[in-house]
Order: sequence, then C-alpha cells, then structure tokens
Amino acid sequence: MLLKRLTEASGVSGNEKEVRDIIIDEIKDYVDDYEIDKIGNIIVHKKGMKNGPKLLLAAHMDEVGLMVSDIKDSGLIKFITVGGIDKRVLVSKRVNIGKNKIPGVIGAKPIHLQKPDERKKALDLKQLYIDIGTYSKEETEKLIKIGDYITFDSDYVEFGDNLIKAKALDDRVGCSILIKLLQSDIEYDLYASFTVMEEVGLRGAGPAAFKVNPDISIILEGTTCADLSDIDEHLKATKLGDGPAISLIDKTTYFDKELRKLLVNVAKENNINFQYRKTSVGGNDSGSIHLLKEGSKTIAISVPCRNIHSPINVMNKLDYEDTSKLLELYLRKIFEGGIK
Amino acid sequence: MEFNNDLLKSLVRTFSPSGNEERIRNLIVNEIKDYVDEMEIDTLGNLIARKKGLGKRIMIAGHMDQIGLMITDIDKDGFLRFTNVGGISPLLSIQQRVIFDNGIVGIISNEKIDDKNKLKLEHLYIDIGAKDKKEAEDKINIGDVCVYLNEYYVDESRITSGCLDDRIGCYVMIETLKSLKDTNNDLYFVFTVQEELGIRGAKTSAYKINPDVGIAIDVTKTGDTPKAERFAVGLGKGTAIKVMDKSVIVHPKVKDIMVDTAQKNNIKYQMEVLEHGGTDSGAIHLTREGVPSGVISIPTRYIHSSNETIYKEDVENSIVLLKEVLKNKFDF
Repeated sequence: MLLKRLTEASGVSGNEKEVRDIIIDEIKDYVDDYEIDKIGNIIVHKKGMKNGPKLLLAAHMDEVGLMVSDIKDSGLIKFITVGGIDKRVLVSKRVNIGKNKIPGVIGAKPIHLQKPDERKKALDLKQLYIDIGTYSKEETEKLIKIGDYITFDSDYVEFGDNLIKAKALDDRVGCSILIKLLQSDIEYDLYASFTVMEEVGLRGAGPAAFKVNPDISIILEGTTCADLSDIDEHLKATKLGDGPAISLIDKTTYFDKELRKLLVNVAKENNINFQYRKTSVGGNDSGSIHLLKEGSKTIAISVPCRNIHSPINVMNKLDYEDTSKLLELYLRKIFEGGIK
Repeated sequence: MEFNNDLLKSLVRTFSPSGNEERIRNLIVNEIKDYVDEMEIDTLGNLIARKKGLGKRIMIAGHMDQIGLMITDIDKDGFLRFTNVGGISPLLSIQQRVIFDNGIVGIISNEKIDDKNKLKLEHLYIDIGAKDKKEAEDKINIGDVCVYLNEYYVDESRITSGCLDDRIGCYVMIETLKSLKDTNNDLYFVFTVQEELGIRGAKTSAYKINPDVGIAIDVTKTGDTPKAERFAVGLGKGTAIKVMDKSVIVHPKVKDIMVDTAQKNNIKYQMEVLEHGGTDSGAIHLTREGVPSGVISIPTRYIHSSNETIYKEDVENSIVLLKEVLKNKFDF
C-alpha cells in the first residue's frame, strides 16, 4: 500500500532520497516531464488538454527527525533534532540510524535516580541518549558516524474506526494524494513539486516555485489536530473525521480569499465534509512560494493529524479520501474558469 | 500647504486589514489617477502607480493594510473567537469596539482571568449581540476579518486616530504626488499590501519594478512620553530620517541625500535609530541584486492602538522632504 511504503521510508529533512525514489517510481509512467532539481525537489509536469492558470501542486517529502551529534566513550549516542520536535515525546522511543538503519532506543536516567525537581520537568536533549547495544565508542563508530540521520521507528498500522497510525504522515499524506492525482487520467495541465526541507524552514519550495513560476499553488499538507476533550472548542485547530482542513491564515501566509471561497463552495456543492484550520500558528510551503518573484496566489488543504511531529501520527482515512476528492473537484472548477 | 483633513479621515476610516486591501486601494486609485501616467494592480494586490521620468527608477512604498482580527470560531451562544492579523495586543484589545466589512459592530471582551499578565488572544471573544450561533452565522462567517472601530480627532496641531499606521504614509505619498508637476526620475509610488504580516507586498512589487532606489514611508514610535523606553524621536520635532531598524540599515548615501536635502531646504528633521520594528524597505533593499534604500518616518505615539497620535507639522515636513528628495539624481 502506497501510504504505508511512503510513511515507513526514511526522509528526515535533507535526506529525502528514499522517499523521492518511491515517488519517482510511482509517477514516472504517468507524467510528461520530471526532474530532480539542484537541491533535491522533484518537479513534475503533467501536460493536459485543458489549459488554465499555471498551477503548482506542492507536498513536502521530508519529515522531522534527529541527527547524531556525538558518540560518547560508553558507545552511547548524543543527538540533535531536525525540525520541530517536542522533546517530551522522545524518551523511550525506538529509532533507526543511518543508511543501514541500525536500530536503537532513546534512553535517559531512570526515574529512581532522578532528583525531585528533575522529575517535574521534561527531559532535555542533554539528558537523553541513544543506545544501539554497544559498549564502547569504537564499537559504535563501526556502525554510526556523526552526522548520520535518525528516523523514528514506527510502522504503519490501521486501527479502530478508519484510523491510521504512522510516522511522517506530515507530509507523506500530501505526497500520497498528489501521487494518486498524477496517476489519474485528469486532463488538466499541471505542475507538481515534491519538496525537500520544509520542516527546517520551507526551504525547498522556494527554488521549486522559482523554476515553475506558478499563477496559483495548492499546498497539500498533514496539519496539526487538537481535538482532545479538555481543549476549549475554539482552540481545537482541527478535528479528526471532520474532513479536509482549509487554511485561513498562518505565520507564513494569508491564504488567497477568492481561492478559499471557491474551495468552500466546491465542498458545499458536493456535500464534502470540510473544516477550517482554526489556528494561525505554523506555516507551510506556501510561505516561500507566494512571495517569490512577482508573487502568486496560494491555498492549503490539509489532512488533520493527531500527535503530529511525533512517531505516532494518527489520521482518519475518510479525511484523506475527502481531501483527495475535494482536490479533484476543485481542479475541475478552476479549469472550468472558476478563477480569472 | 493646507492640511487635507478630509483625505486623511477617509483614508483611516476605510476598512482594509492585511489581505483585504480592496477598499483602500480603490480609494487611492480615485485620489491619484489624475496625477500619474500609469497604474497597475499586481497579483498580491499592490497598487503600483508610475509617474514617468528619464532618470533613476525610484520605488516609494507605503503600506495600505492595517492590523485586524480574523474570526476562527463561533460558539453556540453566538460569541466569536479570533486570531490576530498582524500585531494585535491582547491588553489593548479589551473593550475595544470592532467593525466588520459589512458594518457589523462588535465588542471585544475577555473570559474571567485571574492574572491579566497572562492574558492571551485565546481568552478574548467578540460580542456582536447575537442570541445564538445561527444568528451570528447569519452575519459573520469564519474567516471574516474585523478592525478596531476608529474615531478621528484633530485639533490645531495633532491628530489622533486608529490606523495612522500606515495610512499617514499613504497620505504623504498621495499629497506628494499631487504636488509634483513633473519629474526627472522614474517614480513608482507603490501602495503595498500585507506589510503588517511581515513586509510581504513590498517584496513582490520590488521584484517586479526592479528599482534603483527604494524609499519607504511609514510611522515610527516616539520616546517622549513618561518613562518611555529611551528613544530620541519625538512628536513635533520634524520628519524622521531613519538610520536603521530591525529590518534595514539604511544605505548611507540614501541617508546622506535625505539629510542634505533637509538641510538645504530648511526642513525640520530628526534622526531615527530604532531597535525594533521594520518596514517595507526591509524587503526592498534585499530584492534581486540589492537596492539602496531609505525610510522617511512619521513620529507616532501609541502605535497599533486606536489612539495613534501624530503632529500635522511632522507630516507636512515629511511631504516636503519626500518631494525634494525625489529631485535628486541619485548618482551613487
């Protein structure tokens, strides 16, 4: 299954090759041109009979993760984070390190030995280490190098009522929707970019958009979901099962009003569940794309993901399917002249 | 020079929060159309007005947008929740009246909170007098934006109003345009969008224009109030020539031209060295291969409140300075 393969691949920012290879393999027979640009983005052109505005669809390939920063005499590994990770989620997690995916576990001083004030606070990165089962620096160095990427070890599991647990749903879910769209027999002329290094500051999207120079971009994302019962209703950024989340404003973009209204109308006309992304925190590739050169219009559609930026993202399959469906109907509307 | 109160009043009363600059842009188009050679509205909504000349391409930028609040949630009792569009202070927002594009007026108030220092926007709501969710939804949609309701006050020397940031910059640009008979330089007056969200409109419009020189016109704060943070700029002490802020270090030659011009023409001015804040020149000067850029600032007290306060004389000096500066050859 595509989403399983995508989420189980390693692709921490700057190290997206595994994900990129899967994507290229999936799309190459369905698109007219594709290239890997100088910093690793895949840029795709699917020619279509119907021309409209120059449209770019964007999803990022990278995920948050860790990197080896030091190896101790004991053989234990110190690390830093790549992208925004809540350090409270790190302790006691399984990870894979480097190209050979050496398994390890993130450990810390056991609770018995922690001082009372240490127990009250989240463990700092300095207090955490990765254990790969070695007893000396020499042994570890045979397997691991400083600078090796570290990925969460978390398999794809379907559970409960249409839910999926995996790592890296942000943004393999966007990649998956985009791949399926490119594989379909849509007749619109489209550009797509699978971008690198979004999680470290929307870096890949700039060069990709510079090359394509789109009129309109649609960003496909996995976004933060806060639907736990003790959170006030107005602070629930998105809710699982309430459909695709349509962005209003975030730290990097005031999403185009006309594009948003058109999208909402398409959802309403077709009875597709949707919700607004009720928070203005965070950002996505749109932030880089819409300010490039002379500027362009952007919109973002996201699949809500609980526990985002952790090893156990959770999403609802129906939200995914509705996002896919909404995107296709939206494209039809745009190419039928919905946007001047 | 007669101070054009009617123009400034209509500028500050026009609803145009960041990302929603249509109304103010229309007003400005009508105001300047007889004084420019060509006008264009770009993709993000910047208004680019050109007064042709054979000399250097100069981009003059003032932002049209104002800070606002965007509705993110409507509860069962008809109260609205919101997020900020630009720099909205929770403390300054309490008990402010707000107005939406459709004229609906609301009041911002707060949940009971024990420690006001911990006040965040998420503790505030807007009351538009709706009985329930349905009634509220008949009037307001999620994604709608409102701004502080604005009262314009003027006496012999000063003006107090919301939204002077940066409609006063727009005013200075409009009045300068009206007073320019002809120009040697090729002037692009750009009324920019989304400055309050991080200097966005200036970035894309500067890319398009590819200017030789950039000049932003914006407000700056003052340090002349009781126990204010130390800052040399004061109301009534002249137009402010910026040396630096958080977004730009003004090109020394642009700064020197401004100072020389002020001195030669006996224009009252003061120097501005600001530790925080930024303006359109922050984006312009980094465009393409780089653009020498400067800023003319209008000293303003109580920025981002509904009582922003300026001196008319400082505004008039800013207009004269801009007009005279634009006559320079800018041969660096």
